[in-house]
Amino acid sequence: MRAGLMKILRLGIKELYGLKSDAVMIALIVYAFTVAIYAVSTGAKFDVENAAIAVVDEDQSALSDRLKDALMKPMFKPAVEIGANEVDAAMDAGRFVFVVEIPTNFERDVIAGKHPAVQVDVDATAMSQAGNGASFIQAILLNEVAAAFPDKLKATPLNVVVRAKFNPNLESIWFTSVMQVINNITILSLILSGAALIREREHGTIEHLLVMPVKPVEILLSKIWANGLVIVVAATLCLTIVVERLLGVTVNGSLPLFVTITAIYLFSVTSLGILIATFTTSMAQFGLLVMPVMIVMMLLSGSMTPSESMPVWLQDAMLVAPSTHFVALAQAVLYRGAGLDLVWGRMLILFGIGGIFFALSLARFRASLLKAG
Amino acid sequence: MSDPVARLVDVRHRYGKTTALDLAELAIPAGSMAGLIGPDGVGKSTLLGLVAGVTKLQSGRLDVLDADMAHASERRRACGRIAYMPQGLGRNLYPTLSVAENLHFFGRLFGQGQRERDARIAELLAATGLSAFADRPAGKLSGGMKQKLSICAALIHDPDLLILDEPTTGVDPLSRRQFWQLIDAMRARRPAMSTIVATAYMEEAERFDWLAALFDGKLLASGTPPDLMAKAGADSLDRAFIGLLPEAERARHVPLPALTPLAHDGAVAIEAEGLTCRFGAFTAVDHVSFRIRRGEIFGFLGSNGSGKSTTMKMLTGLLPASEGEAKLFGQKLDASDMSTRRRVGYMSQSFSLYGELTVGQNLTLHARLFQLPKDEITPRVAEMLDRFDLKDVVDIGPDSLPLGQRQRLQLAVAVIHRPELLILDEPTSGVDPIARDSFWVELIRLSRDDGVTIFLSTHFMNEAERCDRISLMHHGRVLAVGSPAEICAERKTASLEDAFISVLEAAGMGREGGAPADGVDAKSVPAAAVAAPVPPRFDLGRLMAYAWREMLEIRRDPLRLAFAFLGPLILMLAFGYGISFDVDHLAYAAFDQDRSAESRQFLAAFEGSHTFDRKAPISNATELDQRLKSGELKLAVEVPPGFGSDLVRGLKPEVGVWVDGGMTFRAETIRGYISGLTQTYLRDQALARYGTANAVAAPIDIETRFRYNQAFRSVNAMVPSVMVLMLALIPAIMTAIGVVKEKETGSIANFQSTPVTRAEFLIGKQLPYAAIAYVSFFLLTIEAFLLFGVPIKGSFATLALAALLYVLATTAFGLLISTIVKTQVAAIFATAIIAIIPAVNFSGLLVPVSALSGGARAIGLAFPAAWFQPVAMGVFAKGLAIDVLWLNTAVVGLFAVGFLAAANLFLSKQGR
Repeated sequence: MRAGLMKILRLGIKELYGLKSDAVMIALIVYAFTVAIYAVSTGAKFDVENAAIAVVDEDQSALSDRLKDALMKPMFKPAVEIGANEVDAAMDAGRFVFVVEIPTNFERDVIAGKHPAVQVDVDATAMSQAGNGASFIQAILLNEVAAAFPDKLKATPLNVVVRAKFNPNLESIWFTSVMQVINNITILSLILSGAALIREREHGTIEHLLVMPVKPVEILLSKIWANGLVIVVAATLCLTIVVERLLGVTVNGSLPLFVTITAIYLFSVTSLGILIATFTTSMAQFGLLVMPVMIVMMLLSGSMTPSESMPVWLQDAMLVAPSTHFVALAQAVLYRGAGLDLVWGRMLILFGIGGIFFALSLARFRASLLKAG
Repeated sequence: MSDPVARLVDVRHRYGKTTALDLAELAIPAGSMAGLIGPDGVGKSTLLGLVAGVTKLQSGRLDVLDADMAHASERRRACGRIAYMPQGLGRNLYPTLSVAENLHFFGRLFGQGQRERDARIAELLAATGLSAFADRPAGKLSGGMKQKLSICAALIHDPDLLILDEPTTGVDPLSRRQFWQLIDAMRARRPAMSTIVATAYMEEAERFDWLAALFDGKLLASGTPPDLMAKAGADSLDRAFIGLLPEAERARHVPLPALTPLAHDGAVAIEAEGLTCRFGAFTAVDHVSFRIRRGEIFGFLGSNGSGKSTTMKMLTGLLPASEGEAKLFGQKLDASDMSTRRRVGYMSQSFSLYGELTVGQNLTLHARLFQLPKDEITPRVAEMLDRFDLKDVVDIGPDSLPLGQRQRLQLAVAVIHRPELLILDEPTSGVDPIARDSFWVELIRLSRDDGVTIFLSTHFMNEAERCDRISLMHHGRVLAVGSPAEICAERKTASLEDAFISVLEAAGMGREGGAPADGVDAKSVPAAAVAAPVPPRFDLGRLMAYAWREMLEIRRDPLRLAFAFLGPLILMLAFGYGISFDVDHLAYAAFDQDRSAESRQFLAAFEGSHTFDRKAPISNATELDQRLKSGELKLAVEVPPGFGSDLVRGLKPEVGVWVDGGMTFRAETIRGYISGLTQTYLRDQALARYGTANAVAAPIDIETRFRYNQAFRSVNAMVPSVMVLMLALIPAIMTAIGVVKEKETGSIANFQSTPVTRAEFLIGKQLPYAAIAYVSFFLLTIEAFLLFGVPIKGSFATLALAALLYVLATTAFGLLISTIVKTQVAAIFATAIIAIIPAVNFSGLLVPVSALSGGARAIGLAFPAAWFQPVAMGVFAKGLAIDVLWLNTAVVGLFAVGFLAAANLFLSKQGR
């Protein structure tokens, strides 16, 4: 037993040397956990931020100016004033997601209590911004009119106050940055582990290992721990340096618990990478097989869009993917500060999925060698 | 002798710090068979690469066929007249293509028409005896046949200069003999053709017209074989070469000790009984039986593909035997028995140590894996370094060692755990005579001094003669076993080589393996007397040659083909339904502290739609916290005590809604829902109470029009974007392998040594994948329409045009990556990382491009997806056409050109 562990350790260290000598790989890992995280988190937010908006002001009154000025950062880019005849072309070209059209005599009609209508055109192909943006615009316009003419506002009989827990200011960077880290963990570990096996097979070194007193399970475990370790370390550094320091995100939960969960996740996802590799005979096949797996795990695990809005069959299917559980766990621990008492069940499931992948790849290991040889 | 075919003056070539070649002057005679001899790593391959124009000339002057090889245009002219066969069995062949297809490919590269190719191929195949195998994939040929096919490929365009880099290394004696007969026949046909051959076999070199002996990058001597022998005063070329070496090197050569007879104690190390291995219908090893005594050196001879390696793999437990059994040290072989493995050392045919570890680290790793006691490891490693003369290279990676030293390292690794049995699969293949002798000194010492049983396979007859006993294998069966002397006596031949060939011929190999057909007519083709025309700068035929070859290769790989077409369709299915910004089925629970009619009425507003899913009510504040924290609830509604009475008394009670803010998008949407829901509730209340809703109406109305997607269906917006994503990633990952795979397998030499230009090569490789991706685009469009009911509102012609440019751009992107990286792993890795991030995040799939900012915007716009997305969306959802979308379409086209131009820039026509 102890001897086996030592062999796993030695082979894993060999794996690390292999990675160390590959400058391209290292550069890409660094890129994935720094520049890529930063650019995506700060630049591409899918809540309403920096939305492109235009105003058609046919009233040119004090009130319409006031409304225009109210549509401002950080939700909107400064509103651009365009003519009524430009609306279609501008929206067709995707220059603006929202266009607010203020009719003539708008201010006068408000004062006269005629309930004039402001028209808001929304480009509904920009799904992530359209719905929320429209309700923001509505709220902003109503507030502004109310502030301009306090007497026009009727008293409401009750107050409904919405408070966001765990992220009181609803800063999307909290969400995006951590989810990006998760997505990049998925990409890197799938490719690293699968490619490690294929490379060894193509170079014939795996055959060499198999004639030594080394068991397949030891070979697989060494690949898993070594590649997993690199990514756990990279991800933890990324989380503490890029996400917490650079992006100023407050992580509510326990970092050690998150690192533990990440380690379990890496076990299952590197096993999956190896499993995919056992189904392929060449790097070309591996690339074509792993690419869809990666995008599905990225897009359908709830790290991009809410998973409860997926059809139930798809939600159920995605329960097989370790990423679904990892995303749920990460959100629980990092955002909501959930402790082990709340998440251990899911951690167990995640580990179980990893175990199944591992067992399958072990079962296919020799067969895949013969196929490739 | 006439003008030299190649003249080198002051040619120097360096790899990093090591000088590989340093020649003051060398003239290789034309119209003759010129040979380069010398051990590995003395610069033979470098010299041949330079002459073939495959390797870039670093300094000095080199004229080949009167062309200055430093000039691209002159080099191109020469290239059309040169044929180059790189080192390694069938390295420049394409394993999944058939024999005929391989030849057609080479013919196309030289611009031959269908009829000309058919005629030439028929003739070459007949001459080489390969006609019967025209439809067999090249990868399934034996080594000898592969070399014959390579020769056919080289000769297809009637070259004036034929360059062969160790063509017979690793080929069995019969195939080797046939190979040279073939070359002789070809040269007889075209006497003006010059041939330059590098070889490690001195007995072959003796037949050449002219020889250059190289050592350490320098010329030792040149001249006819008798000249060289006379110069060194030796009676054989083997000795002559050693005699020509510098003093210090000569001292390295250890004369081989004679093999003392084996003291036989009767113990048997290996016993095979009816060992059989089948791969499907093919029987690789057919009831093989033999016994190897302890301490014996047992040699395994046989042509390539005769089952030697397979037998060895069964004995190591790498392959399960289909039938029969093997015993090691009297015990039945059990693949999972770790203790047996400790008694065996194995060296596989190909180099199989870790290039990323140094020599010392490789040894230490193996010592540890074999669980040598801790305190023994360091001394044992030191002993191995000393014994196998590896001390000077202990900190160097094995990849940069000459082959001879690498094989010594492999042997050191194989014996580090003091095995009782060594299984060595062609351990000296490709190793020069000096290194081979020093290797054998070790083997004999291991056998006679340490009593290690050695079971090895070889192609060298002089090595076979050194074995205690040998076994001849052919077609999976053992044809003869015995000591070398016994076998010679039995076949009544003088040499073991003749005995071997006679055994093989008796087994029928001469007929089927294909000796040159008798009908080779020496007069049939006149030598090309006129200078070959300069190949055109751009030739569609050459481009199509690569496209055709690539297409064949994909067709032979059904898994890849299936994924290329089905992958996008299935993914669109998943994403079309899965990526949804429709926020619904939100799990909520009420914390009703009032329990009045009014509070129930308020809470009823949450019911009756699929937006909210009610869960069991909350009973206290801690529970509210906990259930939000566990993620069970997305929101909780807290109605304060006294809500009902406060409402009636007009005291404006405050309802608290707690939202899980972790996922901000969802939280914002919930906020919007709550505000809408409150408005509706208030209006309903006002209507019920006063009969009019005026009391709560706002001073202005806001009419929101959702354009392009009135139903506000996610799928309408998602499907076009998913198409953008699919057509970005799948084509790129397919082409990413294209160039780098040829670099790894060595077939890149075909590109380097023929008149194919970089653009022809790249576009030829790109076309089949672009075509697949384009078909995929139409399939996706049909799927969008039929399955998701997403209609095309705008100009389909515009979309089709932009999509064509887009798939050209994304396939070119993959090629660009492929030309930059060095390994296939790196290609897959780089493509995935570099392409996925912008394609998913910055292409308008999730966030509109107009809302991107900073680095994200720059990265997004630097990738074609962000430009194509507005076209796809414009045509699908907005009903637009080229008049609005021309700019985006044009930019996508520019990406296609730009990526290809960049790939062209990074791709080098010559190696370094």
